Amino acid sequence: MAREDTPLDQPTFDATLEAELAKGTDRRVAEGRARSAAVRAYKKAHPEEGAAPAAPAAPAAAAASPAAASATPAAAPAATAPTAAAPAAAAAVAVAAPPSTQPRREAPLPTGNLPTPKKGVADKHRLLALVPPEGIQRVEREQGDRVNVWPHLLIEEFIAMAVLFAGMVVFSTVINAPLREVANANLTPNPSKAPWYFLGLQELLRYFHPLVAGITIPTFILVGLAAVPYIDRNPSVKPGDRKIALTMFTILFMFGSILTIIGSFFRGPGYNWTWPWAQGVFFEL
Amino acid sequence: MAIKPPSLRESEVWKSIFRPGSIYRKGYKDTSRDRALAVMNNVLYHLHPVKVKRHGLKLTYTFCLGGLSFFLFILLTLTGIFLMFFYRPMADIGGAVAYQDMQSIRTSVFFGDLMRNLHRWGAHLMVLSVTLHMGRVFYTGAYKPPREFNWVVGVVLLFLTLGLSFTGYLLPWDQLAIWAITVGTSLAGYSPFIAKQANFLLLGGAIVSPDTLLRWYVLHVLALPFVLVIFLAVHFWRIRKDGGISGPL
Repeated sequence: MAREDTPLDQPTFDATLEAELAKGTDRRVAEGRARSAAVRAYKKAHPEEGAAPAAPAAPAAAAASPAAASATPAAAPAATAPTAAAPAAAAAVAVAAPPSTQPRREAPLPTGNLPTPKKGVADKHRLLALVPPEGIQRVEREQGDRVNVWPHLLIEEFIAMAVLFAGMVVFSTVINAPLREVANANLTPNPSKAPWYFLGLQELLRYFHPLVAGITIPTFILVGLAAVPYIDRNPSVKPGDRKIALTMFTILFMFGSILTIIGSFFRGPGYNWTWPWAQGVFFEL
Repeated sequence: MAIKPPSLRESEVWKSIFRPGSIYRKGYKDTSRDRALAVMNNVLYHLHPVKVKRHGLKLTYTFCLGGLSFFLFILLTLTGIFLMFFYRPMADIGGAVAYQDMQSIRTSVFFGDLMRNLHRWGAHLMVLSVTLHMGRVFYTGAYKPPREFNWVVGVVLLFLTLGLSFTGYLLPWDQLAIWAITVGTSLAGYSPFIAKQANFLLLGGAIVSPDTLLRWYVLHVLALPFVLVIFLAVHFWRIRKDGGISGPL
């Protein structure tokens, strides 16, 4: 439970705050001490509740600090009381930059009432902030339609994960991964195939010099893939605006898939063409 | 007078483990505030923001491919660690220890066969899911600014995934393994200028030999996963920094 949810014992809060202020403690420090004392007093009075929050007490606690702050505005020094700080800043604006020529000004005009400085500290004051209106960041983007990650997204991810895992366990229980006889460097199996994801390249070896099929084309694919975002500078993500990009990618993807499928299922002994339904499949994962 | 037993969920130890806002902490309420805290005060905050665009939940936008690839990586790590307990990457002339270990994993290790199957099928599936993930990202235009660099990181991850799968392919030390690797690496012998050096670097010799096995074992269980995890961290971090999920179309 967050700290600010803890209910406060209101009489203790008021009494402690008054005592601290009477001692001359800074208001913010005094409020902190009063809050701490009030929390402790509340917990002492309600041991049975433990860490559970008391719903009706929470708004009362939240209301306590502004009420206490506004109760003694005259006594508070201008720089420390939050309620007095706003006019002070406004006054500073009035002194430094007359706002008559500012067209976009939305804040209320300064009153020109400078707070009376406390006796003895007349030459001391703090300038809190001087912010021209155009310096304030305005949120222009709309919030958009957003949902909480917990529970919506996390549950979806968990289900996806569980389904995949269950499927894999079933599959792995039923179908064993291949393990052939022990490696023998003097006995070349026929056909010898690379792992399936390289069979597209192996298929290319049938048509090109190994330097082209094994080095040039793979390098070109990798570098080309990495360069995709720097080549395609079209900012739109709408399929209708991206016909060229989608067509090219689809053609290349299909090309790679078809080569891989041919290498996997249509190549037999001697890496010659075979029909999988006639001569059988020469493919192992 | 009955003494109230101390509740576990209110104990100091429990509260020290689960940060405020955790759904396992006492007092969790199904409110916007606690739902936000549940993510924000959780290690998950490294992966997910508090809120995502609603269209990102749609299964047909991402097909969960990136997340499932990550899940497969974790599953492969776990099953791989299990297999490492029973496997020695040795294959000298006296006897192929690696192959004997493979056989004993299948026959005498408790759950060994299931673990090996999960590892092998998971590896193939991960190559597939990473490739499909790349396709999904292309078709949704998710590589466009500001996500260009994350696409590049993704291409590196695809390459590392292939590398991990390929190095693992040799480890069973059966006929399937060494000849697939022989075919796959023979291409390196055609690289311009550095053919011999490239071959030697890959194989630790002129042909696939027991030295290759040790080399690829180290690559497979340590070197490549280490590099992959670093790129994964960058990949995930950039997803969040580049504005979360892309789209909608």
